[in-house]
Amino acid sequence: MRAILSRWLPAYAFLYVGFLYLPVIFLPIFSVNTSAVPKFPLMGLTTKWYADLPRTPALIDAAWNSLMVGVTAALLSTVLGICAARALTRYRFPGRTAANGIIMAPLVLPEIILAVSLLIVMLSIGLELSLFTVVLGHVLICIPYSVTVLNAGFEGFDRSLEEASADLGETSLGTFRRVTLPMVAPAIISSLLVSFTISLDEFIMAFFLAGTEATLPVYIWGQLRFAAKLPSVLALGTLLLVGSFILLTIAELLRRRAERRVHGAAVHA
Amino acid sequence: MTTLAEGSAPAHAPRGHKRPLLQSEQAQGLALISPTLAYALVLLVAPIAVVIAYSFWTQDYLTVDRSFTLEQYRIALGEPIYRDLLLRSLWVSLLVSFFTVVLAYPIAYYISFHGGSRKGLWLFLITIPFWTSYLLRVMSWKVILGYNGVLNSGLMGLGIIDEPSTALLYNTSAVVITLTHTWAAFAILPIFVSLEKVDRTLIEAATDLGDGPIRSFLRVTLPLSLPGVISAILIVMIPTVGDYVTPKLVGGKDGVMIATAIEAQFKRGANWPLGAALSVVTMTVVTLMAAAIVFVIRQAGKRAR
Repeated sequence: MRAILSRWLPAYAFLYVGFLYLPVIFLPIFSVNTSAVPKFPLMGLTTKWYADLPRTPALIDAAWNSLMVGVTAALLSTVLGICAARALTRYRFPGRTAANGIIMAPLVLPEIILAVSLLIVMLSIGLELSLFTVVLGHVLICIPYSVTVLNAGFEGFDRSLEEASADLGETSLGTFRRVTLPMVAPAIISSLLVSFTISLDEFIMAFFLAGTEATLPVYIWGQLRFAAKLPSVLALGTLLLVGSFILLTIAELLRRRAERRVHGAAVHA
Repeated sequence: MTTLAEGSAPAHAPRGHKRPLLQSEQAQGLALISPTLAYALVLLVAPIAVVIAYSFWTQDYLTVDRSFTLEQYRIALGEPIYRDLLLRSLWVSLLVSFFTVVLAYPIAYYISFHGGSRKGLWLFLITIPFWTSYLLRVMSWKVILGYNGVLNSGLMGLGIIDEPSTALLYNTSAVVITLTHTWAAFAILPIFVSLEKVDRTLIEAATDLGDGPIRSFLRVTLPLSLPGVISAILIVMIPTVGDYVTPKLVGGKDGVMIATAIEAQFKRGANWPLGAALSVVTMTVVTLMAAAIVFVIRQAGKRAR
């Protein structure tokens, strides 16, 4: 039994990872295929689908919109995430569990219901749909991820270092700037990257709340109706894949460095 | 050292000022969390309250009649079209959460018990696919399962089938396969976390007392990892029921789910009260279903021990 398990479990693990990567692999493959129809056998190698991308004004606009929305949402969600994560890891206060539950709730709610409820409220109070309303929606769904990443960074954080700083005469602001911030900086950057990546890929909120301005996923959704546009969309998807991969690798490396730094400091203290 | 410092922190409070300090600690915590909490209250709790309110109203073209009525719920639960969409959505989310959890458990187990020093790398590898464009991942499944798709041409190339199968795409199973893929990481991570917490000495003890590997797994490891299984089910089942993109792209006519009906009421159909009632019914029913399943799993877990 044990022998079967130890032989089959790794095989299953590799198969499963193969299943996870299966759809991802076809993006780059068909994005350099000459044929506009994504099927095997491949016709020939081309970069024309990539060359077309910068010549599509609607795509450039959408990319720019996504960038603006992503940066704004990442900043807001990280600032709000810092407040929540700091409060949750550092303080005990009444209603702590309830507050945590409300803040994390978007993680376990169907996104379409969040989107339509925001849509009703925004239209009812006469707020015009724009990229700003998309940001509001994106911040809501990014906060749980920011809080999770930041909680991990703030936990295990040695409070005695802050106390030492206070004992040595630093003001609480000074302590935060000179002791706390450097310790948690990697978690903050990690939260910025993760929430930017989520916002960049988020479709439903943008679909309902964007009004006439399109973000990248909304643009892609529009293109998916036209079979002939598919290779360009796959090329765009490949670029996004590479971009997200780089951002997330940075986030992961920073997270590990933060982990080591927090543990290192604890050992030294 | 860390735990020591954390544990002894309250003792650092100057004696004699204990009560005001405690109050100010609480006040500081509340003050600090209030911006985030206010954001969630204004943009999550209030809008959902508005949706609930709308579900009891009626709309005639552009005028909303705010007198209380259960008419929308009668339509949402009684009309066969909405009832069928709701039942299919529940069935799909049930299947998806079952398959994701069953497929994810061995992986989480493998990483936790046999991952060694490469645990971090494995987790990173598993999360990467989930950061690629969601729309394009679903689109990619369409390419794989389609009539001229990768799977059909592969099966024909191997001589397993003579002509392309149309049974792969545009039905409920295509939706289930795609969603099972989409939510995999969300099931692996919570299960992994709870497996990490399983005290390894308990398994040794079970083995020493004569339990074979299967018995010790069923009586120790599995029951102790149930919290992770439960959170995986919740995290997959509830959002899946309202998925919009997957049924639209790979579901075809037979794979339409409730989200399409909700969207129609808010965009083209412009019947907000009905859309609101459909949303509330979906949320309530999926929550009840999830709660029932969690209850059953907890009971089974108690019996196993």
